[in-house]
Amino acid sequence: MKPRQKKFVYIILALVALGTAIGLVLYALNDNISLYFTPTQVLNKEAPQGRGFRMGGLVVMDSVKRQSDGLTVHFSITDTAKSMPVVYKGFLPDLFKEGKGVVVHGKLEAGNVFRADEVLAKHDENYIAPEAAYAMKQAAKGQSAVNAAASVSAPAAK
Amino acid sequence: MAINWFKYSSPSTFYRVAGKMVPWFAGSAAVLFVVGLYIGFFVAPTDIQQSEAYRIMFIHVPASILSMFIYLVMASYAALGLIFNTRLSSMMASALAPTGALLAFLSLWTGALWGKPMWGAWWVWDARLTSELILLFLYLGFIALHASIDDPRRADRASALLAIIGSVNVPIIYFSVQWWNTLHQGATVKFTGTSMHVTMQQGMYTMMLAVWLYAIAVSLLRVRCIILERECKAQWISELVEIRR
Amino acid sequence: MNWGEFLAMNGYAWYIWGSYGMALLIFIIEILMVRHRRRLILQQLHLMRNAEDAVT
Repeated sequence: MKPRQKKFVYIILALVALGTAIGLVLYALNDNISLYFTPTQVLNKEAPQGRGFRMGGLVVMDSVKRQSDGLTVHFSITDTAKSMPVVYKGFLPDLFKEGKGVVVHGKLEAGNVFRADEVLAKHDENYIAPEAAYAMKQAAKGQSAVNAAASVSAPAAK
Repeated sequence: MAINWFKYSSPSTFYRVAGKMVPWFAGSAAVLFVVGLYIGFFVAPTDIQQSEAYRIMFIHVPASILSMFIYLVMASYAALGLIFNTRLSSMMASALAPTGALLAFLSLWTGALWGKPMWGAWWVWDARLTSELILLFLYLGFIALHASIDDPRRADRASALLAIIGSVNVPIIYFSVQWWNTLHQGATVKFTGTSMHVTMQQGMYTMMLAVWLYAIAVSLLRVRCIILERECKAQWISELVEIRR
Repeated sequence: MNWGEFLAMNGYAWYIWGSYGMALLIFIIEILMVRHRRRLILQQLHLMRNAEDAVT
């Protein structure tokens, strides 16, 4: 074999190895590369039993209740199909809000209550100025403001 | 058009051309940094969810995107050097690696400082953050492997292989937020458009262009050093003005 | 808007200025490193040339 051909063979070999590596990594990691389980998965017992894991979803509207100690918080997380009650004692991140995304770490207790030891807020990819948000709200409410909101807010326009 | 492109792929010509181009790239980068920061801090409005903290985006997003883009450019140059045996392509790959590594580090650093107040954690082992960390290690591995082999041409070939294999990580970083559940939010900059207020977009794209031009300028400066180091025995180098002085 | 309010960034000062500060630091260090590298190689080439001149 000429050196040039030999090099070509090496390149092909490298590409084959590369393809195999990707395949293996994806296959091996497909199950547990996700950061969290959804409440539906947890209720279907797809989450690990007896040890800590993460659960994510949206905080259910009007579900946040604080205990009198000021630290313990009760709320529910939903993936819009199923929801799951959570108890957490500690400080909440700035972006924690009802109706917004959240990822909690902890364990499932008897009676299907999730006891969290860490709460992380998950924000979305939209960046909106206050006046644009106001315009969007007006548009949602009224009829005449629709065009104005579309011209002000980039997300709606794109 | 009869431009002889191979003329530009000779280190001696490229050394001169790069020297002439650097001030233009560096100058426009400086101007765009000023404009971008002005838009980012004085024109772009406060975000309704994240208040002022979102302003970290104007450096975080450019650093992250450029760290991925530079990796692909670096791997392409390394591949060209491997296939066509052109010295200059391999030198370009070596020149890009440190800049890419620094931008990957900056992406992780600014991400941590953004994640702490917004999410509540400096670091989470989610797919987006982990794959960006792998990118940093790929850059470091490339630099280390190249440095560990004495013969520069052999070093070029070995590290080119690493760069090419590692480039699969780039689409993994980009699509990680779609493929798996992550704490990191979905892509704001998509192929189909951007979900962001228009002045925020202008600030971000200006900063992205600024970082891009900066990366070109500093890599050209670095490739000039590498050319001098590796061609030091060549006749044209001993005739350079900067050496004759 | 006054400057104190601007610098305070609504309570996110450390996070924001920590990010931009690190960016500035990285760019400055990178430029200094490249300049240092250039000075070193030019010095070395200078020595090589002088040695050649001494021989011829």
